[in-house]
Amino acid sequence: MYQLQNKMISKQKIGINPKIQKRELLITALIKAAGYSAIIFVGMIFLFLLVESIPALREVELSNLLSSRWYPIEDHYGVLPLIGGSLIITVGATLIALPFGVGTAIYLSEIAPRWLRETLKPLVEILGGLPSVVLGFLGMLILSPYLRIWLDLPTGLSALAGSILLGGIAIPTVVSISEDALDAVPKSYRDASLAMGATEWQTIWRVTLPAARSGVLTAVMLGIGRAIGETMTVMMVTGNAPILPTGIKDLFSPVRTMTATIAAEMGEVANSSTHYHILFLIGIILFLISLVVNVTASAVVFRQKKSQERILS
Amino acid sequence: MELLVSTLLSPYNLDVKLYRLFLYLVIIILLAGCSNRGSSAEKTSDQIKIIENKGSDTIVNLALAWAEEYQVVNPTVNLSVTGGGSGTGIAALINGTVDIANASRKIKSEERETALGNGSDPIEFVIARDAIAIIVHLDNPVDHLTLHQISAIYSGAINNWKEVGGEDRPIVRLSRETNSGTHVYFLDEVIRLGEDDNKTLFSQNTLLLPSSEGIGTEIRQNPNAIGYDGLGYVTDDMKVIGVASSADDPFIFPSAESVNSGQYPIARDLYMYTNGEPEGFIKEYLDWILSTDAQKIVTELGFVPIAK
Repeated sequence: MYQLQNKMISKQKIGINPKIQKRELLITALIKAAGYSAIIFVGMIFLFLLVESIPALREVELSNLLSSRWYPIEDHYGVLPLIGGSLIITVGATLIALPFGVGTAIYLSEIAPRWLRETLKPLVEILGGLPSVVLGFLGMLILSPYLRIWLDLPTGLSALAGSILLGGIAIPTVVSISEDALDAVPKSYRDASLAMGATEWQTIWRVTLPAARSGVLTAVMLGIGRAIGETMTVMMVTGNAPILPTGIKDLFSPVRTMTATIAAEMGEVANSSTHYHILFLIGIILFLISLVVNVTASAVVFRQKKSQERILS
Repeated sequence: MELLVSTLLSPYNLDVKLYRLFLYLVIIILLAGCSNRGSSAEKTSDQIKIIENKGSDTIVNLALAWAEEYQVVNPTVNLSVTGGGSGTGIAALINGTVDIANASRKIKSEERETALGNGSDPIEFVIARDAIAIIVHLDNPVDHLTLHQISAIYSGAINNWKEVGGEDRPIVRLSRETNSGTHVYFLDEVIRLGEDDNKTLFSQNTLLLPSSEGIGTEIRQNPNAIGYDGLGYVTDDMKVIGVASSADDPFIFPSAESVNSGQYPIARDLYMYTNGEPEGFIKEYLDWILSTDAQKIVTELGFVPIAK
């Protein structure tokens, strides 16, 4: 913004045609509007969700809403199993995507030779472009049968299958962004560390990775955001049984997520029925959860940046 | 993108380029407008008749087969057939987005009220009959179950196959999603045994799968699983269970004969609904569906033709 103003002033001094100056003002206004429109859209979506979901709170008793039974065609509207289902799958996916994603990023940026990195990174990004319904098919036909046999589960259609696939979906995001962050760490940091006699691993673990911390964290948060909103894959492989997860053992049993519930039931509900409003309520819960994830991520990144600036100054 | 920026910033031919860009935009918009108007004009002049047909996933294969055959009988009518579930179809009929809704259950009284409120009046046609088969993995040694046993399994009272004469394995219950007409029918007629004051629900750990294909896939590979689906979806690589109404009755396997004779206990009518009394080409299509030729296709797909 400051630079642009500067430019405009300098152009005025040269005595540039006022027509062009007007045009620049117009373009600036347009760009500004584009920037604000994102905020306006988010605000409008939130408002729409709010208006559509408020009747649900009036029509359904709180005790029903907070029960552990989701069976909407008989007026059982307990949303806790759905929230629990989404959370357990997201946590599982994060536990998979974090080590694999950051590990791959470290390998690509720090260890792999240049030619290998130039081939591997696009390949990883192609993985991110795989349609989620295709992954769902693979999960249904290959992953879940083997999970059942290997882990001796009653059925392989479980939170674990969902977590593994969502982890896979989140990995390309995590790899791509954390690799960029690691790459941005100045070479002098590594050189200094190696010159002090640190091994390559010590340099990666104690110097490069901490220096790229905020970028890596953003990458993980974006990966989580991708995972929590994913619908088609989880609908196909998690079994969709609305059981309230109470512990780590529930990772091996079927769950029903908020996204799958909305996707499976939205087509059927009559407009403005209680069920319809409840689905919007679930939508708003989902919206708030991803908002919290994003805000936490940017808050952490912001605080880290500040403390780093303090150290440097 | 770079090109666009550079054209916009170059001061000499800026005006020319901008006007040219504007001109292109106008032409594109005009062309788009033309093509739209063209197609709609075509629609009315050539009298291409379109029937939108949507609803029950149980019926979708049958409806597709009919639509295909009807192209031969009457090529001037275009049929668009989609699934989504009985509830979806009826909702679409109420909203006026389809001409015919397929349903594997009768329209609910609430749905009829909503429809009347929206100014539409759903008319019902029975188009075929269907039996719901109880299916398990081929290696499952269980051959027979009574309706009470199936009810107890799905409501969560029986949790191991050895309680119904099978191996010592946990039972994994599979069901269609709640928007499926088959789900509602199974709840009313099997789990609640057709009793009005029975409020039993599906066991909470019943897997709700979004498609018949999902149930088939799991049944084929998981010896713990039990599922139900329309007879038309049963393939040779799963095992069909014989069902008895009570412990004293004989176990009956689903087939066209046992359904038509009324012996098989889990059978139902399949419906199509239109918005008001059908007229013109929609009526012609429905009349054709009830003809002997069209009902032959019903048999081919594993459903049961309506006996006249």
